[in-house]
Amino acid sequence: MKALSQKRRHPLAAIALLLMGLLITGGLYAVATTVNEAKASTSTFSANDVEEGGKLFAANCATCHGMGGSGSQDGPSLVGVGAASVDFQVGTGRMPMQMNGPQALEKPVQFNDQQTHQLAAYVASLGAGPAIPEQSLLEGGDAAAGGELFRTNCAMCHNAAAAGGALTRGKFAPALADTSGKHIYEAMVTGPQNMPVFSDSNITPEGKRDIITFLKQIETNGSPGGAELGSLGPVAEGLFVWIAGLGVIIAFTIWLTSRTS
Amino acid sequence: MGNHSDGSPNHSGTVATAGQNEVEKFQDPGLPPHRLRLADTDPKAAKRAERQVALLFGISVVGTLIFLVAYFAIDLGPGESTIGNIRLQNMLLGLGTAFAMLGIGTGIVHWAKALMPDHEVSEERHAIRYEEDRQAAVRIVDDIVEETGIKRRPLIRNTLLGAVALAPLPAVAIFGDLGPRPDNKLAHTMWAPTDGRLKRLARDPDGTPIKASDVTIGSAFHVIPEGLNELVEGKLNEKAKAVVLLMRLDPDSLNPSAGREDWGYNGIVAYSKICTHVGCPVALYEQQTHHLLCPCHQSTFDLTQECKVIFGPASRPLPQLPIAVDDEGYLVATSDFKEPVGPSYWERDMHERSINS
Amino acid sequence: MSAASTAEPAFVAKTKTGRFTDFVDARVGGSGILREFGRKVFPDHWSFMFGEVALYSFVILLLSGTFLTFFFDPSMAETHYDGSYVPLKGVEMSVAYNSSLDISFDVRGGLFMRQVHHWAALLFVASIAVHMLRVFFTGAFRKPREMNWVVGGVLLILAMAAGFTGYSLPDDLLSGNGLRIIDGVIKSIPIVGTYISFFLFGGEFPGTAIIGRLYMLHILLVPALILLMIVLHLFMVVVHKHTQYPGPGRNDNNVVGYPLGPVYAAKAGGFFFIVFGVLALMAGFFTINPIWNYGPYDPSPVSAGTQPDWYIGFVDGALRLMPGTLGDWQVEQVWFGYVFSFNVLLPALVPAGILFTVMFMYPWIERWITKDDREHHVLDRPRNAPTRTAIGMAGFVWYCVMWAAAGSDLIATHFGVSLNDVTYWLRTLFIIGPIIAFIVTKRVALALQRKDREIALHGRETGRIVRLPHGEFIEVHAPLDEYKRYRLVGFESPEVLPAVPNEHGVVTRKEKRRAFLSRWFFEDRVAPATPAELEAAHGHGHAAVEAPEEAKSLSH
Repeated sequence: MKALSQKRRHPLAAIALLLMGLLITGGLYAVATTVNEAKASTSTFSANDVEEGGKLFAANCATCHGMGGSGSQDGPSLVGVGAASVDFQVGTGRMPMQMNGPQALEKPVQFNDQQTHQLAAYVASLGAGPAIPEQSLLEGGDAAAGGELFRTNCAMCHNAAAAGGALTRGKFAPALADTSGKHIYEAMVTGPQNMPVFSDSNITPEGKRDIITFLKQIETNGSPGGAELGSLGPVAEGLFVWIAGLGVIIAFTIWLTSRTS
Repeated sequence: MGNHSDGSPNHSGTVATAGQNEVEKFQDPGLPPHRLRLADTDPKAAKRAERQVALLFGISVVGTLIFLVAYFAIDLGPGESTIGNIRLQNMLLGLGTAFAMLGIGTGIVHWAKALMPDHEVSEERHAIRYEEDRQAAVRIVDDIVEETGIKRRPLIRNTLLGAVALAPLPAVAIFGDLGPRPDNKLAHTMWAPTDGRLKRLARDPDGTPIKASDVTIGSAFHVIPEGLNELVEGKLNEKAKAVVLLMRLDPDSLNPSAGREDWGYNGIVAYSKICTHVGCPVALYEQQTHHLLCPCHQSTFDLTQECKVIFGPASRPLPQLPIAVDDEGYLVATSDFKEPVGPSYWERDMHERSINS
Repeated sequence: MSAASTAEPAFVAKTKTGRFTDFVDARVGGSGILREFGRKVFPDHWSFMFGEVALYSFVILLLSGTFLTFFFDPSMAETHYDGSYVPLKGVEMSVAYNSSLDISFDVRGGLFMRQVHHWAALLFVASIAVHMLRVFFTGAFRKPREMNWVVGGVLLILAMAAGFTGYSLPDDLLSGNGLRIIDGVIKSIPIVGTYISFFLFGGEFPGTAIIGRLYMLHILLVPALILLMIVLHLFMVVVHKHTQYPGPGRNDNNVVGYPLGPVYAAKAGGFFFIVFGVLALMAGFFTINPIWNYGPYDPSPVSAGTQPDWYIGFVDGALRLMPGTLGDWQVEQVWFGYVFSFNVLLPALVPAGILFTVMFMYPWIERWITKDDREHHVLDRPRNAPTRTAIGMAGFVWYCVMWAAAGSDLIATHFGVSLNDVTYWLRTLFIIGPIIAFIVTKRVALALQRKDREIALHGRETGRIVRLPHGEFIEVHAPLDEYKRYRLVGFESPEVLPAVPNEHGVVTRKEKRRAFLSRWFFEDRVAPATPAELEAAHGHGHAAVEAPEEAKSLSH
């Protein structure tokens, strides 16, 4: 300690300190901004994957996204969107898009797992972006903490029970019940279409894991009260009481007031 | 169908049968003849109905037993209250009650329908009021009024009326302490700097401060003021006014009006999350269209036009929170909102003018 | 009893039950009550049962609600959840929400009772609504029942109040946002709005008082008022006796049906158990208000699909339909430095105000137009009062448009259409829907009346085609028996009442207005068939008619 404090008085100390401070802030800043990219290693992708993916891309995606994924007026540039984005969009069948509409819809998946992997490899090679999450980030979180994060950040669009909801002009936030943890994670880090991006500096990877744990738990739990009527809230309940409840009661009243033969 | 001019309209559905009252009408043929039921004539059918009723009552007993078994055999509480357990118990309690009740109900009704006499009876209606009664009542009331002398003594009548009219006032006044006076509480939020220290923007719900560099393009942060979670009293009250949505978009797509150029930071802008319509959280952010949507009544605000209303029932834009970055890189609010947040109220405009003066 | 025993030997009961009954009877006069009511006649029709459904739902609400009060704690103090539901473990919440979760997860039968209570509440309001529709469309509100119609309307409002105060009690996110909307609406009231809001919430929203206050209203004040109104309602039903549908043997001077004891009492009593059974089935198998999904109330989050229970839906829908800006012009105005939030005030107050005002006043409006001061105990078939039916349908459609608007986001997602388009369409329907409904309903009612005439005069179509000797094909019509025919012809068809001068020989402006409305009401009318017309119809040469129906129905 003493040695250090003596050296601090050295004329060069001020400069050294300044340099160190700059380095630390810069380093921290760099870490913070590249926190998503940190896992965007292409290490799991082989050169062959990238090459095959490039061929698939040229054949299936380049019409809209341009050769080399540079974008055109029909589709955005894919430089830097990362493997997670490809895995989400292609893996849920949203891409390739069937037609232009308010938003890309979930469809039967067009590519097999290997082809999706190759496409992801190719797009990831165009520029660093969020990577496909590891399995450890998808399960084993704290459901209660995830519930709080979900209600604050997600429920306004996706509904508190993840049953989906409407957005403006024909767009909508889908229900999340049958979506895999991996795709939920990828959607959060990439912000597909009109969904905001929830980068790791907004919701930490642990927070995302908690959200996925929460969603999977309420999905497997089901409702303790019986059939959920789509988890759509009072509208579904009101329709049910008018149609089924009153319907059954009217049937009984007709029986009750009819004459026996 | 033959040709028949009688029922068809001359024009626009009008049927010219004027003076209908003079036209002879169909006579009421009286009650139709009584039709016997199977059980009235066939003792076997009656016996069968009897057994059916007894069976229904028996089902009710089974239902009660199902209820009791489900109640006592399935225990809840620590360790036992799994969703599956609760669902099963709830289902069995419902089934048991339904059997118990429907068994009794349908049994009694079936009994009434099949075995009790089903002759319709005609009963005369009586006048609701008889003239004789009315006259007697009028006499009684006259006598009562006369005996009180209220007509002859207007002083008594008028003072009584006055007293009775005023007497309920304390009953109204006594509710004065239901709540405090509003004063200008609605005009201020927690974002106002305390002792000259600007409040940092923090993540909802954990309260960690946010750096400008954390907010990547296209992201949306749900924000509370630093220190909100540490409040002991009135936490929800403060939160209900202070919640903010933080977004970052391409700085070129923002079109700040004069005087608001420095309210954002590098394309990062913060807007009140409380709808100017009736106060729901306007939390739905579409990152490509830059629209904010309220899920309660679908008011839509355009972020690129300073959250002007572009659809729905809200009238006013969402209030913007002026933000900057402090020397540690954290986002801070440079002041409180420049107008009251949330739904409109009578004194709102007054408050807004006092904030800006 | 001793007074009576001087004249004749005192009655001595033989059995134990008999002695007990006699003891009570001698002290409360039960014999007289039984003599009055024991054989009272009630008409039987399925559409007469909805009032009973409402009454029974209310009884079930009292029973299940009492159970819930034993476990519910209306405090808004902060606590941390430590119950059995894992996805909320350790979450900060109010004691009220905590106790609602405990009722759902840790009290045996608690969830069942909660679900019975909530389903019964929805059914309660729904059955009141259907009951009122039945009363309106059959004209049962006419003299002498106008006041009972008003009591029924008050009951509807009270039922909605009971429902809303109860909806808010669990202090979950959904109902909390509902309260927030109420707060926003209250604040829009000119002059006193801010004060009312502060008085209701005991300060700023959400405060720590509102749940306790709503609880008191929900379990004490509102149910007490409902009970009082039910007593009044039933008292008047006893005084008026029940109405009956038109038909042979039924007129304004009698009431035809089954005696209370035993048939009607058995049916009505049994029906209570049936309603309870149906509600138990719903509660056992269908989730209602899953508060555990919504989480505790917190002013920051909100869930997509935030809606009130169905009976408040039409107000919420009206709020959604109202545009807040027209181009750049704001509907909210600042006049003299004060804020007039017309974008909130108008939709919150005007449609509900119009609906309830017209509803309450309707018996007097019709009475004024028709100058009809007679008592009506025989109901109108809706088709036989075309204008009234059309007015009712116009109101109903208007209500339904607002109601549908409360689910505009769900309509959009479930039918794959744009949320904005749904709103534009519903705004259009809000204006033209009632008009279309009025015109269509009136035409349909008149058409049905003509069909009735047709059948009364020419008989029922048999579907049998017969070729006459000269080659003409005709369809054989079977004439009705006189009872069936009377059902089709035994009604009144009021005519236009022109303006008449008053005692001074002057036709007042009010009388002219009345005459105008009378023409609007009764201009288009189809008169009931007369015996003369029947005679003429038979002269038309329907030679081939089937054996009269009387022969079949009288064969027993």
